[in-house]
Amino acid sequence: MLKIDNLHASVENKAILKGLDLAVGAGEVHAIMGPNGSGKSTLGHVLAGRPGYTVTAGSAQLLGQDLLTLDTEERAHLGLFLAYQYPVEIPGVSNMEFLKASVDAVREHRNEPALDSVSFMKQAREACKAVNLDQAFLKRGVNEGFSGGEKKRNELMQMMLLAPKLCIMDETDSGLDIDALQVVADGINAMRSPDRSFILVTHYQRLLNFIKPDRVHVLSGGRIVKSGDHSLALELEERGYAWLEDVA
Amino acid sequence: MNDFMQQALAAASRSAPPWLEPLQARGREAWSNTSMPTRKTEAWKYTSLQALQKTFSAAPTQAAGSPLGDVPLPKLSGPTLVFTDGHYRADLSTTELPAGLRLVRFADATRDQAERIAAALGSAILPGRHVFAPLNDATLTDGVFMDVAANTRIETPVHIAWLTTGQNESISVTQRLLVSLGENSGATLVESFANTATGGTAFTNGLTELLIGRGAQLNHYRLHLEQGDVVHIGGVHARQEADSTLNGFHLALGSALKRIDLVVNHQGAGAHCSLDGLYLPRGTETVDYHTCIEHAVPHCTSRERFRGIIADEASAVFNGRIHIHPQAQKTRAELSNKNLLTSNKAEINTKPELEIYADDVQCAHGATVAQLDPLTLHYLRTRGVPRDEAEVMLSYGFINELVEAVEQAELQAFLKPLLARRFARDSRLTRHIL
Ligand SMILES: Nc1ncnc2c1ncn2[C@@H]1O[C@H](COP(=O)(O)OP(=O)(O)OP(=O)(O)O)[C@@H](O)[C@H]1O
Ligand SMILES: [Mg+2]
Repeated sequence: MLKIDNLHASVENKAILKGLDLAVGAGEVHAIMGPNGSGKSTLGHVLAGRPGYTVTAGSAQLLGQDLLTLDTEERAHLGLFLAYQYPVEIPGVSNMEFLKASVDAVREHRNEPALDSVSFMKQAREACKAVNLDQAFLKRGVNEGFSGGEKKRNELMQMMLLAPKLCIMDETDSGLDIDALQVVADGINAMRSPDRSFILVTHYQRLLNFIKPDRVHVLSGGRIVKSGDHSLALELEERGYAWLEDVA
Repeated sequence: MNDFMQQALAAASRSAPPWLEPLQARGREAWSNTSMPTRKTEAWKYTSLQALQKTFSAAPTQAAGSPLGDVPLPKLSGPTLVFTDGHYRADLSTTELPAGLRLVRFADATRDQAERIAAALGSAILPGRHVFAPLNDATLTDGVFMDVAANTRIETPVHIAWLTTGQNESISVTQRLLVSLGENSGATLVESFANTATGGTAFTNGLTELLIGRGAQLNHYRLHLEQGDVVHIGGVHARQEADSTLNGFHLALGSALKRIDLVVNHQGAGAHCSLDGLYLPRGTETVDYHTCIEHAVPHCTSRERFRGIIADEASAVFNGRIHIHPQAQKTRAELSNKNLLTSNKAEINTKPELEIYADDVQCAHGATVAQLDPLTLHYLRTRGVPRDEAEVMLSYGFINELVEAVEQAELQAFLKPLLARRFARDSRLTRHIL
């Protein structure tokens, strides 16, 4: 699914990713943990092609295609989805209009027939319900005035409608109340399938009790410094990061 | 007087009803004593009148009789008066009027009506506030008096369409509307200004006076849809009595030059006005809105929301003056002006101008100038939306709030596609907005 080799990237001439390797197989769930500022969000943004993030070395392939030469929207069409740690507010553009534009664009590139507005509305309402957001959120401006937790659930709703291949979820569990965490975990679990993979960026092992990861990685100083199974997350929760030799 | 000023007077050559002659004479007199504003005139600092330095002849003395072609005009269910090049067009107008509403053309006014009109014309315009008002007076040969009887609510919108046909020459056209709302009455008025697609150009001088009686409410939409070489210099002057409401919506697509002055004078306590406005110049067009709210009495409120999207090498001016007089205690005034520049060569000059002489008032104002936010654009693209469509969605999103606030449903239905297509002709790019 995803193969990253020796990825180096910088932001405003500051090197952030410094030789990152990661391979995620189809259907797998990987968790990435690591100290604040270690480059976790940067990894997501680099993969999504955010302006200002420059790849200086290395490669990243999604489904065998070189991600780094594609435009941002082409990466989305290929199946990449990044749920933002800090979702963007877009006043004046309704959530519904935004979702329909996204879904139409992605379906078009997968050569799937366009959804008529009735079936789209139906799907959107179902997704809304699945993430436990009131239907009124569909009419509001994208993330405009949404609470932190509502924004996270809105990201998940987009992910459900777009049915991507690789879902990178950047701290989707942060700022969620206990019930919402369950809702989000259920949503993710319902989407798991043999041809869809997940990268869960998280600080809390709690999420991983709901969604069992295949692999857990520690990202520190712009590199993966340790990998293991679920027990690594438990150990980190117990001991923090300091005991890891390579932690910057 | 320079050439333009003299030529402009020649437009008065058409015959006017005799009762308008004294007004014309006063106008001529005042216009001869007017000096043309220059860039050194504070209120014209950013707007050059260079576009007037060409020959404008008097409008043809007869209506063109030409079909309107594909002029984009809202289709509204109420009475409609159409003027082409200053001539009333009975063939294009529908004049079935609900009870309590009169639409009187100056040229048709009875003696009593003429007396009322003559007495009221100019009364809403504060002295010296509209440089081109004397020219409008001097060249006035016909106009419309909209008269709403006290205690009457007119449900259907009144539509007045001011068109120029532009027959391969430059013509000068005077437009004048006088509106009087009796006590506790209510009405919706739509004024649209447009030119037919064919060549030629025009200088239009459109002046609207609103006299809004005690407790009355006017919803006033003024749509400047002229394009190309049209130069429009005009304005709206309102006088509001106690507890009256004026809801104004203003739109200006760009053309060679549009300068529009909106002056609201709160004369009675408890009056409220809200002014929403959109200006969308592109190419090398210029739009200039000057607004002024005179809070002359206590307990009045005003809210202004103007949004501009300026493209290419176009320029725009927004000047929002709020004048709170010493006795106007408990005034609440809000002014917000937001601008989006979609090119590096686009220009905006925005200036809130507050003059506050009362101490117990609330006054909030803000002006912003921005470009499309690259991170917002990127966010849309991470969801698969192509860049060009994302740009259209964000541009439209910038004005969407004001379009959604248009209460007249037929008008909103007209405006949405018109505005969305300003940002892209390709329907693929506007399909998610419409
Ligand atoms: N525009 C920028 N200019 C300079 N430094 C930046 C910029 N953007 C990010 N950084 C730096 O890059 C580093 C990595 O940031 P990143 O957001 O990837 O961390 P993170 O691992 O996601 O942290 P957290 O757990 O707090 O979310 C940080 O030190 C951050 O300050
Ligand atoms: Mg982060």
